[in-house]
Amino acid sequence: MSDFMQQALAAAARTAPAWLEPVQARGRDAWSKTALPTRKTEAWKYTSLQPLQQTFSAPATESARSPLDDIPLPELAGPTLVFADGHYRAELSHGELPAGLNLVRFADANSEQAARIAAALGSALQPGRHVFAPLNDATLADGVFMEVAANAHIDTPVHIAWLTTGQNESISITQRLLVCLAENSSATLVESFANTATGGTAFTNGITELLLARGAQLNHYRLHLEQGDAVHIGGVHARQDADSLLNGFHLALGSALKRIDLVVDHQGSGAHCALDGLYLPRGTETVDYHTCIEHAVPHCTSQERFRGIIADEATAVFNGRIHIHPQAQKTRAELSNKNLLTSNKAEINTKPELEIYADDVQCAHGATVAQLDPLALHYLRTRGVPREEAEVMLSYGFINELVEAIAQPAVQAFLKPLLARRFARDARLTRHIL
Amino acid sequence: MLKIDNLHASVENKAILKGLDLTVGPGEVHAIMGPNGSGKSTLGHVLAGRPGYAVTAGSAQLLGQDLLTLDTEERAHLGLFLAYQYPVEIPGVSNMEFLKASVDAVREHRNEAALDSVTFMKQAREACKAVDLDAAFLKRGVNEGFSGGEKKRNELMQMMLLAPKLCIMDETDSGLDIDALQVVANGINAMRSPERSFILVTHYQRLLNFIKPDRVHVLSGGRIVKSGDHSLALELEERGYAWLEDVA
Repeated sequence: MSDFMQQALAAAARTAPAWLEPVQARGRDAWSKTALPTRKTEAWKYTSLQPLQQTFSAPATESARSPLDDIPLPELAGPTLVFADGHYRAELSHGELPAGLNLVRFADANSEQAARIAAALGSALQPGRHVFAPLNDATLADGVFMEVAANAHIDTPVHIAWLTTGQNESISITQRLLVCLAENSSATLVESFANTATGGTAFTNGITELLLARGAQLNHYRLHLEQGDAVHIGGVHARQDADSLLNGFHLALGSALKRIDLVVDHQGSGAHCALDGLYLPRGTETVDYHTCIEHAVPHCTSQERFRGIIADEATAVFNGRIHIHPQAQKTRAELSNKNLLTSNKAEINTKPELEIYADDVQCAHGATVAQLDPLALHYLRTRGVPREEAEVMLSYGFINELVEAIAQPAVQAFLKPLLARRFARDARLTRHIL
Repeated sequence: MLKIDNLHASVENKAILKGLDLTVGPGEVHAIMGPNGSGKSTLGHVLAGRPGYAVTAGSAQLLGQDLLTLDTEERAHLGLFLAYQYPVEIPGVSNMEFLKASVDAVREHRNEAALDSVTFMKQAREACKAVDLDAAFLKRGVNEGFSGGEKKRNELMQMMLLAPKLCIMDETDSGLDIDALQVVANGINAMRSPERSFILVTHYQRLLNFIKPDRVHVLSGGRIVKSGDHSLALELEERGYAWLEDVA
């Protein structure tokens, strides 16, 4: 094991409920057999783990009391759980649980809940699909279990805010969310990841598992707002039973390194998933999205729309894998990835990866890489719009379609100004967008 | 209003305009006709400052100001408007936000206060109505998925809202059916005023039946080879352009 791998284990040694010990042991065992990826590993070809070559320690409990006022978060009507540096912050969490919704921390789970968590935890994670999953298991001390009862329809969005504060040393944080939607239930889940501006590197290993039973519907938002030195290596692993529906919206602002794996496993006919995503690295930031849709059964559909704007000397990676198994006839899968490079030194590595073993399927994919259209820019200027404002309008226009498609009004209202201002030096330049 | 002297311009190092002279007085409507490839569209793009269109000699003044040293948006602020032959589609930018940004920028240059949203919306809806364009088009992406005729009407609608001093209409009549042509012509006629001038670039005399020009020019080989009144357009319709090459 490398230095990083050993001390990543040590960094997170914390008291966990006894029932999690088998999960940890399983994780330690798998982690000890894991080879850390290098640039020669195909799935990590364009993303360096160099930011992990430093000493991480466990976040101190008392430092988790630091102020969190300056972290922008969406304001949502439903129950909100706030974690800072891996510690639950009761005083910042609020909201009533509607009937049919269960939201409990692993640390607080009663024996019945613990049994259900233990039974489900890891079941959406396919072996080998997520290199850092064993580390997450091995260091798991707390997490969140969200459970929606059969036929329950939870209208208000559940919000889980995973925050990282500026600590003086580099810290390693493990986050875990397990979501189980029982048959014909529906819910909306918003995960926000954000940090304060200062402090050492925080390495976050966040894994979300989504288990959708027959006919269940989940709207899932995963908003990676961490900036600066933040390193996040994590992912979402979903398993969908028959006729279930997963709508995912993914956003990653850039930071030192973000690597997010999105894996959706269609296990029952009639399942549909729609994943929208935006990534916006700038400076020398890196964002890497790897998506994988496993079409294992017939009559499922998937649709992915990812767009990236890469500025300055930033790097982005988008790898969209669609795997259609031999028995998955009548699959319909669409994948679109569009990229805008706003500088000569910006880099995008985009790759659709289709593996199709069934013959009666529809599969469409496309990837584009472009710069701001000079003719469109000129057209706006011929109407008097100043160049700088025209550039902001065109940049925001590139992602606008996906922002407008956000179904949850509060999330859209939160993201719109945040995204528009990312392209603008001052507020005047966004006044016609907002 | 507009004074062009000995204008030479090239596109990708190919000389297109070769010593063009043109003077347009306030309130006048000039038609520029000419065979394909004579430089008609180039003239509009050069005046609007399109990238890739290089002025190699000559001058162009609008309202006494040297147009060619100004940025594209400054030319618009001064009162230049080019209605495109092929308006650009810009998905993701709504027609409405684009128009508001344009109108605000131009008003700001004229030291006029920005319009509040309600007043602006009202004006935009009225402009849509004037060009027979459904107000729903305001919410769509700029020209996105518009038909040829809808794009032309969208150009005209922008022109109405921006109230420019000099309007260059680059083949605004091409691709329009007779009803749409009437709508466009009515829109242009309604905007005629002693302080506003028009240059109508067109292939056909048809448009000039609806908008009577003060002067008609023939552009050929990058220069104006003949000028006259409305009767010149009728003569061109009858005789074509070939006889002019002998004149030139």
